[in-house]
Amino acid sequence: MSYKKITKNEVKHIADLAWIGLSDEEIIRFESQLSSILEYVDHLNELDTKNIKPTFQVTGLKNVWQEDFVKPSLTQSEALQNAPMQKDGYFKVKKVR
Amino acid sequence: MINFEDLTIKRLHEGYKKDEFTCTEVIKQTFARIKKLEPQIKAFITLTEKQALEKAQEVDKRINSGKELRALEGVPYSAKDVFCTKGVQSTGGSGILEGFIPPYNATAIRKVEEVGAILIGKNNCDPFGFGSSTENSYYQVTRNPWNTEYVPGGSSGGSAAAVSANMGIFSLGEDTGGSIRQPACFCSVSGLKVTYGLVSRFGVMSYGSSLDTIGAFAGTVEDLSVVLNVIAGKDEDDATTSEQPRINYLLNLKENLPKLKIGLPKEYFTEDVDPEIIKAVKKAASDLTKQGHTVSEVSLPYTKYAIAAYYLSGISEVSANLARYDGIRFGYSDQSGQDINSVYLNSRGKRFEDEAKRRIMVGTYALSSGYYDAYYQKAQQVRTLLKQDFERKFQEYDLLIAPVSPVLPFKVGENMDDPLKMWLVDAFTVTINPSGIPSLAIPCGFSDSNLPIGMQIIGPMNSEKLLLQLANQYQSITDWHLRKPRIK
Repeated sequence: MSYKKITKNEVKHIADLAWIGLSDEEIIRFESQLSSILEYVDHLNELDTKNIKPTFQVTGLKNVWQEDFVKPSLTQSEALQNAPMQKDGYFKVKKVR
Repeated sequence: MINFEDLTIKRLHEGYKKDEFTCTEVIKQTFARIKKLEPQIKAFITLTEKQALEKAQEVDKRINSGKELRALEGVPYSAKDVFCTKGVQSTGGSGILEGFIPPYNATAIRKVEEVGAILIGKNNCDPFGFGSSTENSYYQVTRNPWNTEYVPGGSSGGSAAAVSANMGIFSLGEDTGGSIRQPACFCSVSGLKVTYGLVSRFGVMSYGSSLDTIGAFAGTVEDLSVVLNVIAGKDEDDATTSEQPRINYLLNLKENLPKLKIGLPKEYFTEDVDPEIIKAVKKAASDLTKQGHTVSEVSLPYTKYAIAAYYLSGISEVSANLARYDGIRFGYSDQSGQDINSVYLNSRGKRFEDEAKRRIMVGTYALSSGYYDAYYQKAQQVRTLLKQDFERKFQEYDLLIAPVSPVLPFKVGENMDDPLKMWLVDAFTVTINPSGIPSLAIPCGFSDSNLPIGMQIIGPMNSEKLLLQLANQYQSITDWHLRKPRIK
């Protein structure tokens, strides 16, 4: 795949996917910045990787098991101590659209 | 007065044993020093003086009752603000976590405190580790103690600056693509990036989960060994930690070091690198040949692809990891809108810094339908090539030595208008993390302008013992690590 300049609409679309509200000024700024980043990483395509297995992690570990038993955990009030809104021991949120 | 410039863990413990000073005096004088220097350096987001003095009294009681000193008894330390510290604000350097008080400690914090270390404060850093100069922090710009017009490096710039200015003896940091080694180099302290999985990541804010490693900064390699003894090891709370035979890194420093075969990868000594840096690192290598080691040029042909492969891997993981900052459970929450979607959009839009937004967005793009194979998958394949590059070299060579950074510390503001240029500053450190191997950065000289130069000693998986031994040998025949910034 060769490098493709990213458009304002794409910036807007990505920001929506990532739940980041952007101002119009930011969209313009990020349009050129994200484009130059994608242009830079494009040189990976010089490499033929057709038969190369991907490395997703480096530990070599597989299926790490542990005994299933109840351990002490945070109390409800500790878990809620940083919540901006709470009610009756629950996180409270605004209405879902 | 305690001489903080010569203070090591060993020296501190001698002082406690001979009753030259109490722990309370050490902590009080540490904070007196911080109050004097901090307005110029700005290495801390939060200071924990009250808790530290309380802990110091407990330590003094233990010492007075004749109890044996634990490994880090009464040792003042700081931690990068990405570590969760129970009851102490932990922001990750980002505005989105302003005021966040974790209800638990990171494993590394718990471990050092269990053996008597005393937290003096939380260090400034680029948000979640996103940066190479600490200038992206929501809170402040940290200055390099060697010259306050210059950056301390990043992302753990506050940690490196604090240790360099002798505000605390060691600092815990986090290295995803150089965030320990590059600031250690810029501030002329020793900094260790461990093998992936050697130290638990539990309770440390995630950046790129397959790349993140927890390590430390200290004035000497000997002190780093003491800290590593404490923090290394398998942790039930982090399933990616591996079972390794227990090693006493400190005792090993005294063992006889075999004659090593050391490689200098030529891709790290090109004409794009500052000539003063090349000269200093080559001089260090020739100093090591006088100790009986052999040094020769090697090649890591895939090096030039490392930056792109590293960033694509890292930011893809970023886009997933930073989804948790949603304005619902903790952190900044913008309640001005009508529904839950507006809480997400506004909280994240207003409080993620530009660099966080860029990384989340490019990461989201790289993982999105239609682009996954071209970007994320491709980067993971190149990661295999990078890993094989190192594996091949380590069949023939014990260790590699390279500059930590292609450039000297730069001035505050110098690289801030071009995000891509800032990424390229990390060219020699991001190469390491995709392979999971360890690398130890140590001071090896100064430029004519009196700015620090550092080298990194790179080894195969779980070779920390050898890295620390060689670095300790180097520090026994040189005095770069003993030089201190003249900051008043």
